[in-house]
Order: sequence, then structure tokens, then C-alpha cells
Amino acid sequence: MTTIPLPSAGPVRDTIEARPEHDNYLTHTRGVLSWAFTLDHKRIGVMYLWSVLGSFLLGGIFALLVRTELLTPGPTITESADTYNQWFTLHGAIMVFLVIIPSIPAALGNVVLPIMLGAKDVAFPRLNLFSYYLWVTGAVLCILSLAMGGFDTGWTFYTPYSTTTAAGGVIPVLTAVFILGFSSIFTGLNFVVTVHKLRPPGMTWFRMPLFLWALYATAIIQVLATPVLGITLLLLIVEKTVNVGIFNPAMGGDPVLYQHFFWFYSHPAVYIMILPAMGIISEIIAINSHRSIFGYRFIAFSSIAIAMFSFIVWGHHMFTSGQSALLNTLFSAISFSVAIPSAVKVFNWVATLYKGSVSLTTPMWYALAFLFLFTIGGLTGLHLATLSTDVHLHDTYFVVAHFHYVMMGSALIAMIGGVHHWWPKMFGRMYDERLGTIACWIIFIGFNVTFFTQFMLGSHGMPRRYYDYQPEFQVYHVISTVGSYIMAFGFVLTAVSLFGSFFGGRRAPANPWGGRSLEWQCASPPPFDNFAKAPRVGDCYDFSVVHWDEKTGGYWVDEPADPEVNPSAAPKAAH
Amino acid sequence: MTQTIAHAQDSHGHGHGHDGHGHGHDPHLAHHFDSMAQQFDSAKLGIWLFLATEVLFFGGLFAAYAILRMRNPEVFSYASHYLDTIMGGINTCVLIASSLTMALAVRCAQTNNRKGLILGLVLTFLGAVGFLVIKYFEYSHKIHDHLVWGSTFYVPPEGKEGDAEREALKTAPTVSTTLVVQDPAPFVVPDLAKKPAVDASAVKQASRGPTGIARASGEPAPAPAAEPAPGKVEEAHPALHLEDPAMPPNTHLFFAIYYAMTGLHGIHVVAGMGILAWLTWRAVRGDFSSRNFTAVDTGGLYWHIVDLIWIFLFPLFYLIH
Repeated sequence: MTTIPLPSAGPVRDTIEARPEHDNYLTHTRGVLSWAFTLDHKRIGVMYLWSVLGSFLLGGIFALLVRTELLTPGPTITESADTYNQWFTLHGAIMVFLVIIPSIPAALGNVVLPIMLGAKDVAFPRLNLFSYYLWVTGAVLCILSLAMGGFDTGWTFYTPYSTTTAAGGVIPVLTAVFILGFSSIFTGLNFVVTVHKLRPPGMTWFRMPLFLWALYATAIIQVLATPVLGITLLLLIVEKTVNVGIFNPAMGGDPVLYQHFFWFYSHPAVYIMILPAMGIISEIIAINSHRSIFGYRFIAFSSIAIAMFSFIVWGHHMFTSGQSALLNTLFSAISFSVAIPSAVKVFNWVATLYKGSVSLTTPMWYALAFLFLFTIGGLTGLHLATLSTDVHLHDTYFVVAHFHYVMMGSALIAMIGGVHHWWPKMFGRMYDERLGTIACWIIFIGFNVTFFTQFMLGSHGMPRRYYDYQPEFQVYHVISTVGSYIMAFGFVLTAVSLFGSFFGGRRAPANPWGGRSLEWQCASPPPFDNFAKAPRVGDCYDFSVVHWDEKTGGYWVDEPADPEVNPSAAPKAAH
Repeated sequence: MTQTIAHAQDSHGHGHGHDGHGHGHDPHLAHHFDSMAQQFDSAKLGIWLFLATEVLFFGGLFAAYAILRMRNPEVFSYASHYLDTIMGGINTCVLIASSLTMALAVRCAQTNNRKGLILGLVLTFLGAVGFLVIKYFEYSHKIHDHLVWGSTFYVPPEGKEGDAEREALKTAPTVSTTLVVQDPAPFVVPDLAKKPAVDASAVKQASRGPTGIARASGEPAPAPAAEPAPGKVEEAHPALHLEDPAMPPNTHLFFAIYYAMTGLHGIHVVAGMGILAWLTWRAVRGDFSSRNFTAVDTGGLYWHIVDLIWIFLFPLFYLIH
């Protein structure tokens, strides 16, 4: 590596060398209360991260129980099909409402968004903390519902089963999801306002990193779709407690209305999961290819396009629920068109890789895994959007496999990739790259063994959510279960590699990957006030000014001071 | 600029981060904003987004209303007679007036008129109280008559009137043979069977259902419904809905959605009273001035949306017959 002469006072070197044992947001104040009542977006993000990862462990345990039960036809580890129903319901509800929806926006987004933007915090820090405690309340209620008799409705709470089931935990869990919805709304609201109003001078809309575009599009969905879930669950609670009959056919109500309401939220919710994941992938791929992202505006606008489309495709969940043929056709056609902005993104990522100088870091491996898995997940979605095939595939393991490829193989893999990407920034330590990469590979292999098998199961007619099955399906179920064990092992390894970084991991440089966006220009971990100096805003995908520095083992950014390109670096008039 | 902000940030994180502790800044400027204008704009955008979520929150109920009314038009035009248009109209006026006093309160905050601000807030609060009191009388009257959601709708109310009604129901047509399901046991999932799909009183009502539909599609309407005495709409219908042979089936659905929507609106009014009380307390403390009226302004916007939702609810329920 040739040594590049360093300028005497770059912003990055300033931060690191002037404050070698610098006061950072983790050490700024001490004690449990300083965390419990913190208004700092980074701390709230970190609390979200631990909470989400804890829920992920819980949801994962239920997934393993479900897979283990399915090893053999008939009873395997539980005699009761009701218990099995509760397991898969809990797995689904925990993973959707407690893990994936808050994972990227609330955990990583909270830590990264204001720093990336060059802001000091989100627009409403107290609302942010309130939103976290709403999440905690929801999580506690969700666990309490187990003690109150559990729930076996599936995560979709379809009527009339959900209003008639004897399981006692349905009302607590509905309340929990209602509260979690508001947690999500407030996070989204905060992010929209932050992006609109707290951009520093020089940070124009089209200088924003693509992760911010993705979070912005997500936030719009969170704000506009989640209230409908709220009112739906409220109606369901009222229906269950005082029997108003709006969703009850015996009382003249309409259970399909419930499905419409539910999917009016829950389909956009799928994009709440995947859009921020796509944003993370844009960042990881560009940074690790050390090459300007291909088609910046296309990726940015495709995020907005996906957000818009997300509101008008919900009916494709109900092709077999007795919708009119016209409605089915329309929903099918619009669902197909979602493939366009999604493919725009995939092609742009692949084009970014082309002729890039790719560093195969752990986050990059996750991003490549995402590309592969998202493509499968997306393309199998087309089978389900096709009316004639959906009639056969509806409610089979094909659907299960499809949405696991999208929700887990894409959203969660990107989330884990993002955790690896920003881990050094959040905690100031480098993890073991080799172990991280191996874990990524094991998860990738385990994932495909688990879920690719389920495509075959589903197309052969195995219905989802069944406790028992015909013996000819057993070989697939065994393969799938073994795959889930491999995946679980991979996640344990990931945890070892990440937490291992706290014990003797190398101190992270400010910019370990060669990023150009603002969060890589403040120290790792960031100081309490994010930036020691007002950040210099430049083209966040111009990697020609990013240079390797042997001494710190990281990169530094040689920002142009030209006021044309970079107004914030220019001398300021008094305000 | 940066240094001043860095100072202001030192106050951050001690659990009460909304004030910047001087340093030449407005004490109401939070540390992470550069200027009062930026802070005000952010709050404004935030409250508008929140109002958008409120609209969508109620939007679900409006959609449910539309679907139910489209499926059961006769129910809605029939049952609407049981709502008291006079009381609903007075309530509409009360809310509109309270919106006016709220707008005046915001104006007073902007012009440093503290007395006017407090008066405006108190009047708005009283408007909210008045609305709820009238609503209480409406609700309690209907609940007494069992004009309610669910199967209670079909249970005769307590008291003398109820006894007559119970007598009437004894002679009411029993379930017609075509409606008798054979033995449902073999076809029903055991868990579902534990809870009867329709309770006994609802079945009685359902047996009257076909009469309602038949009349709607051709036969002359019954005399009472055809000639409602002007101004005395209540009398057009028997005081006890169960005695009315013209009552269409599933009339309880109207009251289900009526209570759902007005109830949720009522909860918002109660929340609004909390906000108004808090604003009044702060106004008395002297927090607000022409430089700092964001809270009054955003609270006012919330109050206006509560008002606006009622302005949609009133015609949709009270004025459709």
C-alpha cells in the first residue's frame, strides 16, 4: 500500500487524534437511569437493537420448536395440535411485530439516520423515547398473553376464528400489536420530519445516502398504513369483548372486510420490512465496491415507487377469499408492476458491482446473500401474483417459502448485514471478519436448505400451518428441519463473532470500510454530539476522495472545500 | 454557530432536555434545532402527519360504515330515525363554536394576549364538556331502550315497557321451518360449536327478517314509516324497536358502527380535554408568547380535527333518513 500524504487537519483525523480516548455517547453519562431516560437517538437505537435481538432469539426458539415438531407426521414433541398452533402463531407474531418491523428503522435507523443526515438528533427526541417504551409495553403484553392462555390464531388474526377461539391470550396480544403499531407510527413520523426539516446546509435531497431515501419511504408507509391496522385491531378487540358483529357473518357482518382491513396495513408492512433492507444493501454494495452507486436517482425513486405501489396491492392476499374477478385481475396486474421498481434496484446493485473493486467483508457477504435470496423471493412472488397458479399455491408451503425468502432471507439478512456494517461505528470494536464470514455462509446454506425445500413441499400440495401431514412429505420436512438447525448454528456463530468483539476486538477506526457518508466522518463510537465540527457534506457516493490510512487501519475522506460543491465547508456568514 | 450548539448540547441527556439553558438562545429552543423557525416548522409538519394518521385511523371506520351501509341500505335509513337530530345538531354547533374559541386562543397566543388565551382555552374546554354531557344523555337514553350493538339489541329492555315487549315476543312468529338447520353437529368444527353462532333472541328477530325485505321490495310501506310527523321523528317509530314489524333484519349493525365511530370520537374529545387542560395550565404559568406558541398551535390543530370528524359523523348518522 502506498502511503498517501495526509493533510495536516482533516475532519476525521481531527476527531480521532485530538480525542484518542474520546468521550463517546456510550460513556458520556453512566448508570442505568442515564440510559432509561436518554433522549439520545444513538442510545435509543442501541436499546432497540438489544430488544429486537432478544425478541429474535425468542421468535427463533419458537421457529425451531415448529420445525422440530414437523420432523415426523403426527405428534413429535407435543401431543397437542393446539400447542403447535400457538407455537407457529407466536413465531409469526413475534418475528413480524417485535422483530422485523422495528429492526431496521427503529434500531439501525435510529442510530444511523441523524448522523448520516448530519443532524444532531431526530426531530422529536422525547417522542422517540416514548416510541421505544411503547415497544417495550407491547412486548411485555405479548409475553403476558402467553401466561393468559396464549393465542392460536396465526399472526393474521383472521375472523371469525380469532373472535371465537377459546385461547385466552388473544385480547392481550391484539392490544400489544395495537400499541406496537403506534410505536412504529411515531418512529416513522419522527423520521419524516427529521429528513424534511433537519438536513444541514449542503445536504440536498439528492445528496442523501440511499439508506435515508429508503428510511424516508418506509416512514411514509409507517405513518399512512399503520393507523388502519390500529383501528382494525381495535374493532377486533371490541368485536371479541362486546360482540358488535361488524366482522361476524352470523350477525350480518363481513369477515372479508376484516381481511381487507388487515392487508391494507399488512401488505404495506411487507415494504416496511424490505425497503430499509434495500437501503442497507445500497450502502453496503456501494461502499464495498468502492465505486459510485449505479443509478442513484433510479434507486431513490424506486423506493418511493415501491412505497406508493405498496398501498394498492393488498388484495393479492385474498384471491381465494371471494373477491370479484375484476378486483382479482386488477390486484394481480398491480402486484406484477411492483416487480419493476424492485428489479430496477437489483439491476442497479449488480451494475454497481460490475468493474467495482469489491472487498469481500462480512457485510458484503450478507449483501451478496441478499441479492441471491431476494431475487428468488421476488420471482416466486410472481407465481403467487398470477391468479391461476395462486389458486393452487394459496395457503401452501410455497407461500411460506416465498415470504421467508423475502422477510427473512432479504429483510433479516440485510438487517444482520447492517448490524455488521455499523457495528464498529456503534460500539467502536471490530469483530472477527473470518468468523463473521463463515457464519454468514452457514446461515445462507441453512436458509436455502430450510426454505427452498418448502417451495417443493408447497407445490406438491402441503398446506401451511398443519400439525400433521401425509408420510410422503416427510423427507422434505426432515431436510427443512435440518436446514433450520444449520441456520440456528450460523446465528449462534454470528453472535459469538459480534459479542467476541467486546473481548479483545481491535479498536474500530472511524471509517473501517471506506464509506463516504457522514456517519463515517465522526469517530467510532460517535461522540455524544455526533460531530465535533459541522460536517462537510459532499457527494456521498464519490469514493475517489476516500483514501486508505495505514496508521489507523481505516480510511479517511479528503473532502473538497469548494463552496460550490460543499457549502457547509465554506466559511459561514453569522446566522 | 457550531460552538454555541455544542454548548447547548451539554444540557442534553439529563432527562429534561427540552431547554437549552440560555447561552444566548431562546430558552424554548431545543438543543438539536438551529432556530425557532426550524423548531416550529418541524412541530407543524409533525402534527400534520399525526393528523394524517388520525384521518386514516377513522378512515378504517368510515370504510366499514360505507360497506355496511352499501350492504344494508334499509337498515341505515330505518335506524337513523332513532337518533335525536336536535341533540346531534346542538352538539355540532357546540363543537364548531369550540373550534372558533380555539382558533381565537391561538390568535391570542400569537399576539401576547394572555388573558384572551386563557379565556379561549377555558371556553374550548367547556365546549368539550358540553359536547360530552349531551352525548351522555343521548347514549344513556339509547342504552336504556337497548338501542345498542350486538345481541342485546334484541333483548327487551327492563321495566314496564319491557314486560309488554316480552309478552309481544311470546306471540311473535317462531323460527320458520325453512330457517331450521338440520342437525348442525356433523358439519361444525367442535371449537366453534361451543359458541352458538346466533343466540336465541337474534333468531327470533331473524324470523321477522323476510317481512322487512319483502316490504322494501314492492309492498306499500307501513303507515308509521310513511308519514313521519314533522319535528317529531321519534314518534314515527314505536318507542320500542322490537315491536316494530317494519324493522329490517340486522338493524343492530347500524348501532354497532354508530357506537364504534361516535365512541372513538368521544375518546378523542376526552384526550382533547386533557390537552386543553395542560395548555391552560401552561398558559396560566405564562409559558406562551408570540415567540413560543407552538404547543397552542398544534393542540389547536388536534382540536380542529376532532371537530372536523364530528362534522362528517353528524350527517352520516343523523341526517340520512
